[in-house]
Amino acid sequence: MKARAIVEQFEQKQIRSDLPDFRPGDTLRVFAKVKEGDRTREQRLEGICIRRAGGGLGETFTVRKISHGVGVERTYLLNSPIITRIERVREGHVRRARLYYLRDRVGRKASRVRSRKRSVAEPVESES
Amino acid sequence: MKAILGTKIKMTALIDESGATVPLTAIAAGPCPVVQVKTPEKDGYAAIQLGWQAIEKESRVNRPRKGHFKRSGATPTRMLREVRVVDATAYQPGQMLTVDMFAEGDLVDVTGTSKGRGFAGGIKRCNYRGGRMSHGSMFHRAPGSIGASSFPSRVHKGHHLPGQMGAARVTVQRLRVVKVDKENNILYVRGAVPGASGGAVMVRATRKPNKK
Repeated sequence: MKARAIVEQFEQKQIRSDLPDFRPGDTLRVFAKVKEGDRTREQRLEGICIRRAGGGLGETFTVRKISHGVGVERTYLLNSPIITRIERVREGHVRRARLYYLRDRVGRKASRVRSRKRSVAEPVESES
Repeated sequence: MKAILGTKIKMTALIDESGATVPLTAIAAGPCPVVQVKTPEKDGYAAIQLGWQAIEKESRVNRPRKGHFKRSGATPTRMLREVRVVDATAYQPGQMLTVDMFAEGDLVDVTGTSKGRGFAGGIKRCNYRGGRMSHGSMFHRAPGSIGASSFPSRVHKGHHLPGQMGAARVTVQRLRVVKVDKENNILYVRGAVPGASGGAVMVRATRKPNKK
């Protein structure tokens, strides 16, 4: 149906193509706009992507990090305009799609995922 | 009263600048020909009859129907619906109504035929809780008691019981028009609309504009 194609195009237009490809297990640095009262600032979150869920316009991903000894997870809408950019710091080698087992881990192991043979981007601050 | 006929395309979403997801229903609406104009003088009430889904093949239209459309000069359509209006003289037979008449932010009522659930039991249809499935229970999904005994010796009217569910005319009121695609004749309305994708719907200016 023609009308359906137009609506799908309307969805497609909202899907962001400027973000890098990444998979669960990858270490990401997510820069997102946060509204505090009447001003917005950019918040940075660096951690392991433990899942990607859903598809199309409503796809989400979750980043987990250990902050001051407490596990913190943040789920973002992948196509949300609040995300200014995503850096793929390290490519992880994992054998499942949902890394919930990391939640049960304590200490150094909790934030460690075997990396792939070569890392994608060096974990430095310099870029852009 | 603003009104148009259309087809529910599918549900979709809009992600706004703040990152919030706005649920939308896309409706392919119009252009609809005004097939008949009913006036209080002639018909006892004021209304317009709208057509939707043009029939391409002339041989598919039978003679009485052809005659009805001939009077207004409109092309024959599969669907005909009447909409009450305050002043029918504002419309001419043969005139085309398009999504143009709706603007972003308008509130509309959407009428459609809900999805049929067939003959449904009390749990699905009337939100009965039912009994437990195991641990020796012999009461599962049955309706249970439907009233007292010798008094009143009958079942009260309107008592919730199993029966046909869905496939009925349903109107959802006060849906906000989020986007009007005039070029493609598509309306984007916030929220859900009765019926399955591909189902016929009627979009009217809301009759409760001042609520809340």
